[in-house]
Amino acid sequence: MLLQALAFYVFAAVTVASGAMVVVSRNPVYSVLFLILAFFNAAALFLLIGAEFIAMILVIVYVGAVAVLFLFVVMMLDINLVELREGFLKYLPVGAMIGVVLLAEILLGLGVLGTGSATIAALNKQGAQVLAVDNTRAIGRVLYTQYFYLFQVAGIVLLVAMIGAIVLTLRTRPGVRRQKVGDQINRTKEQAMTVVKVPTRGGV
Amino acid sequence: MVVGLESWTLARPELFLAAATLLLLIYGVVRGEVATPFVSVATSIVLLATAVLLFAPYREGTAFASLFIVDRLTTTMKALVLVGAAVAVLMSRAYFEQVKAWRFEYPLLVALATLGMMLMISANDLMALYVGLELQSLALYVIAAFQRDSLRSTEAGVKYFVLGSVASGMLLFGASLIYGFCGGTAFVQISRALLDGKAAEFGVIVGLVFVVAGLAFKVSAVPFHMWTPDVYEGAPTPVTALFAVAPKIAAISLMVSVLMGPFKPLFLQWQQIIVAASVLSMALGAFAALRQQNIKRLMAYSSIGNVGYVLLGLASGSEKGIQAIVFYLAIYLAMTLGVFATILMMKRRGTMVENVSDLAGLAKSQPMMAFAMLLFMFSMAGIPPLAGFWGKLYIFIAAVEAKLFIPAVLGVLASVVASYYYLRIVKVMYFDEETETLDRTPFGVNRAVAFAAAVLVTVFSLAPQPLSLIAAAAAKGLFP
Repeated sequence: MLLQALAFYVFAAVTVASGAMVVVSRNPVYSVLFLILAFFNAAALFLLIGAEFIAMILVIVYVGAVAVLFLFVVMMLDINLVELREGFLKYLPVGAMIGVVLLAEILLGLGVLGTGSATIAALNKQGAQVLAVDNTRAIGRVLYTQYFYLFQVAGIVLLVAMIGAIVLTLRTRPGVRRQKVGDQINRTKEQAMTVVKVPTRGGV
Repeated sequence: MVVGLESWTLARPELFLAAATLLLLIYGVVRGEVATPFVSVATSIVLLATAVLLFAPYREGTAFASLFIVDRLTTTMKALVLVGAAVAVLMSRAYFEQVKAWRFEYPLLVALATLGMMLMISANDLMALYVGLELQSLALYVIAAFQRDSLRSTEAGVKYFVLGSVASGMLLFGASLIYGFCGGTAFVQISRALLDGKAAEFGVIVGLVFVVAGLAFKVSAVPFHMWTPDVYEGAPTPVTALFAVAPKIAAISLMVSVLMGPFKPLFLQWQQIIVAASVLSMALGAFAALRQQNIKRLMAYSSIGNVGYVLLGLASGSEKGIQAIVFYLAIYLAMTLGVFATILMMKRRGTMVENVSDLAGLAKSQPMMAFAMLLFMFSMAGIPPLAGFWGKLYIFIAAVEAKLFIPAVLGVLASVVASYYYLRIVKVMYFDEETETLDRTPFGVNRAVAFAAAVLVTVFSLAPQPLSLIAAAAAKGLFP
């Protein structure tokens, strides 16, 4: 139990610290890297409460796709840092206010949670009894049976997204040299080499 | 629980369409651009074959753990959507070849959008509704921007995408509230919860309003119509033809099955919203189109007006009203495809023109084309005894029987105003001096479509009875 609590505080502290670093670090590439660190620690927190499926999804989706996308954007766009930081003080009060409201909502939510009939612990116990399996398996059981249809249609939606992206952006530009593996392999010694007799002192 | 064979047989048309589209996609990717003519024709054939599969043999019931439902109404609506999409694909070749955007992905994206429409028509759960709607919308956003070298087409795509995402967000927000208050996303669960007294809950009403707003965007009913004129004008003309028929019919069908299904207990609440949207759509469709010069833009306002009439049928909330909707949509499909086939034939010295004034003197140079257009315009204006008149008549009868007197009278007045701009096109064709004639179109798909649509409109005008019986049978699906 003590070990779990210790782990929680370590992960939570690193999450919060790297979250702060995302905002304050000067170099946007560092920001994205800190964001990745925050995602990893949040995933560890999910693992601690036994939600291993969400933990893995967080790593795969956010670290694997979203953060890499951010990195691409940050590195490909020419962002002027000075301009970005100009409005910092001006917007600070609004930002702080939103932060306070969110914090108050979380505290209120936690307060209400204890008073109601259903607490997270009770719900967890209920869920565990009904399923008697870990949550990846539980999701898999309904995803491939009850919600099989939705799962398949979601797949087709992704296919359409892929076709759409290719149709709208792929252009065959003239004059671009592409590697043609077939041509390379088919090349024979006769095509590739010419034996030249070079006369002494004559040059080619 | 395993997905049983029952589910697969019930969803056979959808499975066939999905599998065939994927095969054609692979074929297209392997063969490259040379495959385009084949893929395009094959897609049309697949869409029509799917329509045949709907009825041979006809089955009904629910599938995939009750996420999917098939009944008379969904089957009829799917048939309309499939025919509309198949014809839209057939009509597109000449246009895209001319603008050098003739690529094999276009018919396939239309097929995937159609698949999404079929899934949303068959939705029996809020989640199924959403995935179907997204599949449809995503494919449509892409084809709106398909002519990517054209600034207007790209603009249409971006506009449609951004506003469509907002609408999806509203729909999802409403769905989450309904899920929270009713304790389930399945239509059966929602209707049971509402009958058990959840109907009085404020949150459910708010959720309902958001869901209706999201759906109203998809059918482009006022006040969620802002995107329609710009997207219709900017998108390539064959895409506009598709937009005007297939997604509209699908979204209206979805609206009918959501509001008349799980939300039937809240009838008095949603009736007000639908009546307001209907009257506003009819009015805007009539007045805003008066000064339009671009014929595609004019058709956009015309389609907003038509949605207003359809919503009036929905607001009546009766079996007669639903019958009138199906009847109206079938006639609307024939008329709209005919009009767009004619628009696609409007060329001058090899380039497409799309202004009303370009039609001047058409009656002299191409009397057949002018006559077909005259037929469609008179029918859209609702002049008896043409098909469009019967459609409006059924709607107004249903509205009057549901005691919606004022909206019905306003609808009649709006249709009088709207007849001005339909008749203006006829006047331009028959009485204006031609400046320079339009090119004669060689016989092709577009001419065949215009001819077939004209024949259909004539048949519906002279004998509306068989179609009305089909519509009545479809409406029975909701009122077993």
